[in-house]
Amino acid sequence: MAAPQSQSKVVEWIDHRLPIFTFMRHELHEYPTPKNLSYWWNFGSLAGIMLVIMILTGIFLAMEYTPNVDLAFDSVERIMRQVNYGWLIRYIHMNGASFFFIVTYIHIFRGLYYGSYKAPRELLWMLGVLILLTMMATAFMGYVLPWGQMSFWGATVITNLFSAIPVVGNDIVTWLWGGFAVANPTLNRFYALHYLLPFVILGIVGLHIMALHTHGSNNPLGIDRKGPQDSIPFHPYYTVKDAFGLGVFLIIFAVFVFYFPNLLGDPQNYIRANPLQTPPEIVPEWYFLPFYAMLRSVPDILFIKAKLAGVIAMFSSIFILFVLPWLDTSPVRSARFRPVYKWVFWLLVIDVLVLGYVGAHRPEGWYVFTGRVATLYYFVHFLVLIPLIGIFERPLPLPTSISAAVTKGGGKLAGAAARMEKP
Amino acid sequence: MAETARPGPMDAHGPEGGTRRDFLSLAATAVAGIGAACAVWPLITSMNPASDTLAAGAPIDIDISGIQPGQQIIVLWRSRPIFIVHRTPDQIATLKADKDAGQLRDPNSSADQQGAYAKNVYRSIKPELLVLVGICTHLGCVPEFTPQPGSISPNWPGGYFCPCHGSRYDLAGRVFQNVPAPYNLPVPPYHFVSDTVIRIGENPPDSTFDFNSIEQI
Repeated sequence: MAAPQSQSKVVEWIDHRLPIFTFMRHELHEYPTPKNLSYWWNFGSLAGIMLVIMILTGIFLAMEYTPNVDLAFDSVERIMRQVNYGWLIRYIHMNGASFFFIVTYIHIFRGLYYGSYKAPRELLWMLGVLILLTMMATAFMGYVLPWGQMSFWGATVITNLFSAIPVVGNDIVTWLWGGFAVANPTLNRFYALHYLLPFVILGIVGLHIMALHTHGSNNPLGIDRKGPQDSIPFHPYYTVKDAFGLGVFLIIFAVFVFYFPNLLGDPQNYIRANPLQTPPEIVPEWYFLPFYAMLRSVPDILFIKAKLAGVIAMFSSIFILFVLPWLDTSPVRSARFRPVYKWVFWLLVIDVLVLGYVGAHRPEGWYVFTGRVATLYYFVHFLVLIPLIGIFERPLPLPTSISAAVTKGGGKLAGAAARMEKP
Repeated sequence: MAETARPGPMDAHGPEGGTRRDFLSLAATAVAGIGAACAVWPLITSMNPASDTLAAGAPIDIDISGIQPGQQIIVLWRSRPIFIVHRTPDQIATLKADKDAGQLRDPNSSADQQGAYAKNVYRSIKPELLVLVGICTHLGCVPEFTPQPGSISPNWPGGYFCPCHGSRYDLAGRVFQNVPAPYNLPVPPYHFVSDTVIRIGENPPDSTFDFNSIEQI
């Protein structure tokens, strides 16, 4: 490891005692990255930036918010009307949740398409699934805090999921509530946890990045880097590319924050929570719709009642991702070289979109049938198609190296890109 | 990671020492920096008093007809305790004596701790009615009303005693020497709406005293 060519004596002095500059140089400047990463590789850093934006805006919202059933709703309205720029901070936080999920979902599907979960990146992938789970818990509890109608009834419905657990279910629900129903103790603990969990996510993200930097990024070809001719330093090449992607992303985000701040929310949540009246339609935030659809779709299966079966299906749909690296029997990572999987991947995307569509509607008539088929297909994809395709599919020939795919030749050292700048 | 320890393209500088890329890097970094600063501003300023908090600082009317001679009432204005004392003729007489005794730090109220209408020996509009912000100018505690002469020390003329660090003020809120507090207790803007009602937070019509400009709360 080369010592940093320090610019100043101060940097040198610090680095000799606490090698943070060496560390940063090693993880950013020297960190070798495949030179063929596409824009689909932007979404990891975007998710990281969203996490920072959420924590930052959240801290300032927490300074004005009051976690009490009698005061919470008014305190949020006060943020909107009285606090300097409170409307902006809240709209960023509110829409930030949606955009955090958008970039995370794209990040996950990118991993599915290019086989980023395969050896030696299984733990990297599993840490990612863990981040997703923690994110979902955080988002759910955050949605409860404004104490509107959807907050209250969403909290009621989701906490009641646990009552489906045999024998101890009801006790668990009471324990979650801290009372006889969703009430002040529930709101208080949700607030405490909503503040805590993002920092837990931050910790897991640290491990996620540590695992990433152990074997480096996967790439669109899904093949390992064969040597220095296949990689470029992360900085400045991908810092610049990430920064450009961030600029584009922030423009879209700003359009929502400033022009359509309530488009992704539910107007019911601007009505104060009323424990005596359930709104005509209970719909979770859009990012939970596919899972919500699964929850409602599953019928009675043998001796398992539909209620429990739905809960099992919903949780399994995430937990199944933990074992995906071992369900996939194909040694080829990138779908680019997997003629069958490539199509099955897009079927899964459509399936999840269909589930989301079904989840947004009342479970009646056609929606029930579609929901059941889509739920079944989701599990068939992971439990049947993925293992079988790996066995029967004939992958296309892989390029010998990352450079070979680009240059049709061996590719030379010192990075072709560097020389192309000065013709 | 030895394979990456090679001269990168960023090390390629033009012969004149500054390249087109250097310029672009600097310009882009500057724009990003300004953008970040603009983004941080709403967060910072959100911590300033909100509109409703400022609105709650509006003037309040207090009926003083029930305050007995020698009695103090405390009301809250802008989240701060306001002392209103109906001073007896005896107490009023001590004020002149205090001033002459040479024990006060600022006997003539020369520090900007009150409007011109309270810059007199009584530090009030009417001699009998005292209005003060009840916050010690040392470190913000609320001084105790100790009007009984000799109650704190044998020669105590009556006044205020801060329990936190022992600062002492006389019955016009003027600070004594050799105590930690540097200034007299501030007099808030107030005026008489009628003989029995005072309005705290608003000057008499002829005064332009700005409460925000005082030396210290």
